[in-house]
Amino acid sequence: MTAPLLKVENLRIELTTRAGVAPVIDDLSFELGAGESISFVGESGCGKSMTALGIMGLLPEKIGQIASGSISFNGEELSTASEKRMREIRGNDISMIFQEPMTSLNPVYTVGEQIAEVLRAHQKLSKAAAWSKATELLDAVRIPNAQRRVNDYPFQMSGGQRQRVMIAIALACEPKILIADEPTTALDVTVQAQIFDLLNDLKRQTGTAIIMITHDMGAVAEMAQRMIVMYAGRNAEQGPVEQIIDHPRHPYSRGLISCVPHIMATLTDERLPLTEVPGIVPSLREFGKDQCLFASRCNMVTQKCLDARPPEIAFEGGQMSACWHAEAV
Amino acid sequence: MKDDTKSEVLLDVKDLTVRFAVGGGGFFSEARYLYAVDNISFEIKRGETLAIVGESGSGKTTAALAVARLVNAYKGSVGLDGTDFLTLEDEDLRQARAKMQFIFQDPYSSLNPRVRAEKIVREPLDNLDAVPEAERQAIVDKLFDAVGLHPEQQRLFPHQFSGGQRQRIGIARALATRPDLIICDEPVSALDVAVQAQILNLLRKLQADFDLTFLFISHDLGVVQHMCDSIAVMYMGKVVESADRLSLFNNPLHPYTVALLSAVPSVDKKRRDATKRILIPGDPPDPLSLPKGCRFANRCPVAQDICKGEEPPLREVASGHKVACHLVDEKAVSPL
Repeated sequence: MTAPLLKVENLRIELTTRAGVAPVIDDLSFELGAGESISFVGESGCGKSMTALGIMGLLPEKIGQIASGSISFNGEELSTASEKRMREIRGNDISMIFQEPMTSLNPVYTVGEQIAEVLRAHQKLSKAAAWSKATELLDAVRIPNAQRRVNDYPFQMSGGQRQRVMIAIALACEPKILIADEPTTALDVTVQAQIFDLLNDLKRQTGTAIIMITHDMGAVAEMAQRMIVMYAGRNAEQGPVEQIIDHPRHPYSRGLISCVPHIMATLTDERLPLTEVPGIVPSLREFGKDQCLFASRCNMVTQKCLDARPPEIAFEGGQMSACWHAEAV
Repeated sequence: MKDDTKSEVLLDVKDLTVRFAVGGGGFFSEARYLYAVDNISFEIKRGETLAIVGESGSGKTTAALAVARLVNAYKGSVGLDGTDFLTLEDEDLRQARAKMQFIFQDPYSSLNPRVRAEKIVREPLDNLDAVPEAERQAIVDKLFDAVGLHPEQQRLFPHQFSGGQRQRIGIARALATRPDLIICDEPVSALDVAVQAQILNLLRKLQADFDLTFLFISHDLGVVQHMCDSIAVMYMGKVVESADRLSLFNNPLHPYTVALLSAVPSVDKKRRDATKRILIPGDPPDPLSLPKGCRFANRCPVAQDICKGEEPPLREVASGHKVACHLVDEKAVSPL
């Protein structure tokens, strides 16, 4: 077995807040193989984006820091890498697209200039070469009439087109990992379908591994092979997507799957009330306690859950669940 | 079988059109108009839910705002319980507003940050003078209980609530005047998935308890499927298809509806295997210079010459199932 492309071990990221230091990511471990696609799932405030920023070395300065654990990329340790080295890696080996295609592009540069900038900085291409590559990339992300649109400013494009430009920028240097942080949340479903289709095609062509952050189980089922369900900065459950959807082993994953009304193959008259996960994600102050942080919202809670943090229990097929009652779920 | 009171039409919207002036209109240039909602008609039976679905820019929110007279309709009528809501004036309008309330999308900006929760819920009662002042507090207490908030939370300000709780306050406010119709404009799209389920369950429970009729605006077809009894699909200001819940989801006819449904990612493996994803390339046409024929023709995978030349009317092809497409005939088979 070859070594994984990205290996995160016992990662702990701490945020300094007015109330003290809180572990937003608490003992998180996972692996990502070359060309694989995984998904981080969870509600807002569960640490999905924090993990991504940690990998990218983009944690908010002076506030967030990696307290312990390791992030190893291709055998290289990123958690202690210098800022200079991280700059080389970012955009070149690991790149990221964000939720808001409206605000992540610079409004006063043409999209061509913004794509070319990446190529000139990382691959030291000449101005002309970078420009023609930019046009090619725009074409690759299926923007019609790329030759002309490369001179457009972001405001001249629709939301879906801007997200395509972001993807073109992210893929300009053929990175080994693409992190997509809720890439389609701001977009319409038909546009979302186009973007998913594009990402899947590009992944096949370039062999880029994708980490997709989302809260939509449907999107996970379409896009990822494995998923990591996160709750309050911890790993709640990990494993192959189909297997978890068929039989979640953590009450939180079960809740996330069944609380959303899904469109099924055949619709019937029957409409049962949705399964509720009562309450909301705990505040940062609660993070890091030696107990199951989901206990306050769980319908299977027992005294054990409040006394100690549950260990990760392994099931067949690589499924892992951090729940005292995983066998019973 | 449904009983008679159930089949009574509460809201009857006919030929509703909303247009906005854009540029021009000066001394030398002719005014240009954008038709955000173009001649749409629909009706909702008492106690039922009609969902209007569509993508951003389809005109679904504008249609809802026009029904509630929060934007001016250019033409058309909105029959509410037999009277035309659009022609009412002054005191009649004020009283009629009690029958129609609104729940907004964003619970962060739709509550006044300087007003306590109890006052927010009480305000419609104060404004409409329908109940004596002495009884109002009791109503507020009941509403807080009905939407699942604690009595001691009445004294708090909006920023002290979570998003889901704020939406509950918005719902309590909408219920205060005992309305017949509640217009829900994307009531859960700003909320986290787990909180969405709480609010959707609450809305369905309240609908049964208070005998409410919902006009439900959403872009989330999963949510719509769960909430509605009938659906109207809008594209570029027009209704392109309308039907009851089962017909629309199990037998979508308009190519746009088919594409829209196929685009929704699903956890159901059976559905993923059975559905061929239909990608509709390109963008919708410019709303200021609409094509002559079908507005969807430039993106439609099966468009014919007739589609580009002639606008298809919305017509009934099966019982209660209306579609605006040249290529669908009485056999009610989708051209895709």
